[in-house]
Formats: sequence, structure tokens, C-alpha cells
Amino acid sequence: MNRITQTFQTLRDQGRKALIGYLTAGDPDLKTSERNMRVALANGLDILELGVPFSDPTADGPAIQAAGQRALAAGVNLHLILALAARLRRTSKAPIILFSYANPLFRYGYAKLCRDAANAGIDGFLVVDLPYEEAAELRGLMKHHKLIFIQLIAPTTAPERSRRLLAAADGFVYYILVKGVTGVRKELAADIKEHMSQLRTCTDLPIAAGFGISDGAQARAAARHADAVVVGSALVEAARAGRLAKKVRELAAALHGG
Amino acid sequence: MKQEPDALGHFGPYGGRYVAETLMPALINLEQAFRQAVQDPAFNKRLHEILRDYAGRPSPLYFAERLTKAYGGARLYLKREDLCHTGAHKINNTIGQALLAQRMGKQRLMAETGAGQHGVATATAAALFGMACDIFMGTEDIRRQAPNVQRMQFLGATVYPVRSGTATLKDAMSEAMRAWVARVDDTFYVIGSVAGPHPYPSMVRTFQSVIGTEARAQILKKTGRLPDMIIACVGGGSNAAGIFSAFLKDAKVRLVGVEAAGFGLKTGLHAASIGAGSIGILHGAKSYLLQDDDGQVRNAHSISAGLDYPGVGPEHAYWADTHRVKYCSVTDAAALRAFDDLTRLEGILPALEASHALAEARKRARALGRKAVVIINLSGRGDKDLDNIVAYQKKHREH
Repeated sequence: MNRITQTFQTLRDQGRKALIGYLTAGDPDLKTSERNMRVALANGLDILELGVPFSDPTADGPAIQAAGQRALAAGVNLHLILALAARLRRTSKAPIILFSYANPLFRYGYAKLCRDAANAGIDGFLVVDLPYEEAAELRGLMKHHKLIFIQLIAPTTAPERSRRLLAAADGFVYYILVKGVTGVRKELAADIKEHMSQLRTCTDLPIAAGFGISDGAQARAAARHADAVVVGSALVEAARAGRLAKKVRELAAALHGG
Repeated sequence: MKQEPDALGHFGPYGGRYVAETLMPALINLEQAFRQAVQDPAFNKRLHEILRDYAGRPSPLYFAERLTKAYGGARLYLKREDLCHTGAHKINNTIGQALLAQRMGKQRLMAETGAGQHGVATATAAALFGMACDIFMGTEDIRRQAPNVQRMQFLGATVYPVRSGTATLKDAMSEAMRAWVARVDDTFYVIGSVAGPHPYPSMVRTFQSVIGTEARAQILKKTGRLPDMIIACVGGGSNAAGIFSAFLKDAKVRLVGVEAAGFGLKTGLHAASIGAGSIGILHGAKSYLLQDDDGQVRNAHSISAGLDYPGVGPEHAYWADTHRVKYCSVTDAAALRAFDDLTRLEGILPALEASHALAEARKRARALGRKAVVIINLSGRGDKDLDNIVAYQKKHREH
């Protein structure tokens, strides 16, 4: 069984929700980012989104944009990131999802990427700007290597489209909470409950909610409806301020603690 | 030659829709609305009337006699898009998209801009239709094209400075896409070139095809035959796609697209995505792209802000691969020389973008011979570029 599916099953058996965290590989340099990822995993992160920096991140807010620029300035690329994943895998059983825009993956070569990622111990990909209609080639290759393609669903996705997109989905569904880019927001989307219950009618897979969640209270509120909570910008900012361990513990306590 | 993309917006392997899922429903909705609109006689009638009475169409096809004599060969005709309202072909597209936005019940237009021509044309259409307007523009371009920033503000648009990356067109477009995700319900994103996700490349080409349709009728009337060659500059490629579209099936009409070679292709400081790029995915489409080995997008360089973009419309990539259009490139220096030629010989100040097409005509005129007929798409006027040209000349005198 894939580590992603296994993790959700274990957490469900324990009555817990999953904490999924995003960190940009190479921010502010490869070594520091690796240390940060280990810190996050040691302090309660259940699933790691390993972020590949891109020059033109059209779906990201200021925090992740800046992290990507720092990583690119430090000379990080996909070869180095896959090696980083392999090092993490030696000491961690947590699922690792490669989080990227399409072009760095396309340029690396989809076939080679799937082989190398599987060898590095990566469990799935989440490709921000590769919608269902453009994903067939990559999905086919990923399946061959038992990698899971994480399907994104937006608040703008109509139920019949969700059903079509999720028919072949695996692992979990990533529900984007807000219309907008990534980044910390003061309040959680008001319509999360309706969207989630509607989404439950389209799939039996666990649902992760992300975009805009930054603290324990928001995480707890989102987890009332979702099986997992994704935190990105807030972790990137916490890592930058040297408060990553504390931040992860806060979020994990909100999701795992009674 | 296939003229329309497949159902998902692919021109051969290019194009498509590489965007976040949040935008997919809006793009699918836009595609349907566009398809219905262009089949609606009332929509087309209204578009035609506005282009005629407001934008000044048809634009003239002018025989440049003194330029022809100076270049010593082919008879050179200029398609005078510089005479359109707001000074460039961009208005053809923004009127079309604004009319579509109105039909879809949207209250707000937003756009990216490089040289400012598309921003001005969008702000103009917004004023005409009584809509709010947000323009995203790189701070480097705001510096280079200050008069256009003022024009947009006078027209009632809000200009958002974009500081990320190189602070030019590429970054303005990235920022516009980010802003659109947040406002996708009430805002119509007016893309200014045959770039971006489906249906933009074919929609913008459709709205710009009026250039080619007119030029074809005009050259037949003036010369009694089809031209031997059409030359147009290519940044994203909307003016070129517009004029080429009417001649694609005329196998004997050679189509030439001119990219910006900047300081020269070998220097790496250029904007020749087809000439010196590779296949990649940017701003919602697969096409040729300036990028490094890791798939990071490289910065383009051109003296012309409108060509200063590291990508190109996906249909151009397809035309390049199928050899229907021949793509070449022209340096900053050659474009400036052509700017001088047209200004002094014909009393027409061309935009630096169009000066690239003129420079290519200069290279080819003699070899084509005196019997040949060439149409150059004079896509815009050069008033916006004067400060920039003066600064360039000053810098090069000092060197």
C-alpha cells in the first residue's frame, strides 16, 4: 500500500486528522531547508509537501514567491531536490509529495522524473498548473511507478466536474479553500462545510483542505470538515523566523490533541 | 493547414490550458461564451460598427514608394495599424473582448501590459463600455513607457506596479493571473496577445484577423494579385497571427515572423523564443520558451517593450514546426535603423515593435526583386518610444 493511503488509514484508526506541510526546497539554501523539513517531521508533520521553486509561480502569494526566489538564487534544481528527498526517506517513513509547477517537471522529462522520484522514495506529485485535461501523459507514467497524482478541487469546480476529476483519483483530494493564491488569511472560508459535504458525495477518498490556514484555531476549524489540513505560507514564514518547531507543534496539537 | 485548435485548445503539441483548477471552469465558460458570440450576427454587427466608427477601421494599406526605392527591390506596402485609435492593433482585440465581457455580464476588465499599448487599449475599451479596469505593469516598463501609464490613468484605469522578477511583461502577466484567480467571478481577464490558456490564443487571433481580412482585399484591389510575402513582428504574436490568418491557405504567400534579437542571439540577451528557445509551459500554454536546463524561465531582452517577452503564442510554435511561417530575428540596432528609415523617408514614426518587421523587409527587399509585392504589418506608431530611443542613442554615443 502506498505510504499516503497507509498514513490516512493509520490516522483514521487513531481518530486523528493529518497535518500536511509545505516547505520550499532550497529556501534559503538546500542544507537549511533539509534541516527545516526534518524539524517539521520530528514535531508532528504527517505528510511533507516538498516544494520545487519556479521562476513564475502564478498560483502563489508573496511568502512562497519569495521562498522560491531565495531557493533559485541558492542554485537549487530538481536533481538536487530529488537527492534531498532520498536523504529524507532514509530516516523518515512520512509520505513525501513533490509539489511543483509543470514546467520544471516537463523540462526534466516526465518519464525520467517518475523513475527518479520513485527511486528517491517520493510518494506522489501535486502539480499546481496541470489540470486534469493536461495530466493524462504524466498520470500514466506515474501509475507505472506507483506514484499518486494528487487531484486539486477548487471552490469554482462544479459537482459534475468534481465527480469526473475524482473518478480516477487516488491518495487524497486537495480541496483549495479560497479563490486566490496561497498565503495567510485572517479568516477561514465561510462555505467550507457546504463544499466539503458536497465533495463527500463525489469521492470516498480523504479530503485535505488548504490555502489560507496559518494557526491552530484555523486548522482545528478546517479539520472539523476535512480529513487533513495543509499549511504552506505560515510554515515558510515560521521557518524564516526560526519558529518552525513551535509552529508545527501548535498545528499538530490542534489536529491531534483531544 | 488546420486553422482551429482541438477541443482542448491544442495546436499540434502546443497550447492547451495549464492553469490552476480554480481557473478551469472560468476558461471553459469563456470558451463557450466566445464560441456563441462569434456565431451571433448581432455580436459581429456591433463589433464591426465599433471597429469602423470608433477604432477607425479599415486601416489603410499604403504603398511606401520612397521606402521601396531606398530598399531597392520589392514593392513595400504598409498595413497601417498605427492609424487605429490608441495607436496600435491592440484595440481590435480589446474591443472584441470587452464586448464579450459585457455580453457575459462582467463589470470589470483586467489586463497585463508591457509597452503599455495593450493596457491603454484595454483602459480605452473599459471607458467606452463603462467598466472598471485594473492594469498590471512591470515597474521597469512603467519607467520605459511613462506616457502610456498616464494615458491609462486618465482613462480611469488603476495601474498596479509589478516589482517581482525582471519587472517586465512576463512578471506583469504572472501577477495578472494571480489577481484573476481571486476575482474570477466578476472580472474578465483581457489577455493582449495570442498567448495564455485556451481559448485566448484562438480568440485573440480571431479578433485580430480583421487585419488580414482587410489586407487581403486591399492588396487584391490595388495590385490585382496576392502578395509574395507578409512580414510581421512577433512578441506574443497577435498582430502577426491577425495578418497571417487570412493568407494561411495561400501556399504561395510566404509568411515571415520577426522576433527580437536584442543584442544578438549569441549574447543570450534577446527575446527570440522560437529562434533560440525550447519547448516549455508558461502562463497557461505549452509553446517555445526562453528557459534554462532546469525549466526556469529566462529573462528576455529587447529595446521594444512589446517584444520583451520570453514566450510566444502556441499557434506560432505550431506554424514554425509545420514550416508554414518562417521565423527570423532582428537586433535592436537594426530595428532602430529601420525606425529612422521610415521616419525620414515616409514621415511615419513606427513603433519599435513594427520597426523589427521593417528591418526584415530591408534585408529581403533586394533579393525578392522589383516585381515582388510585400506587405509589412505596421502594427503601431512610435510616439510612445521616443524617450526610450533618445536614451538608447545617448548611451551608444557615450560608448
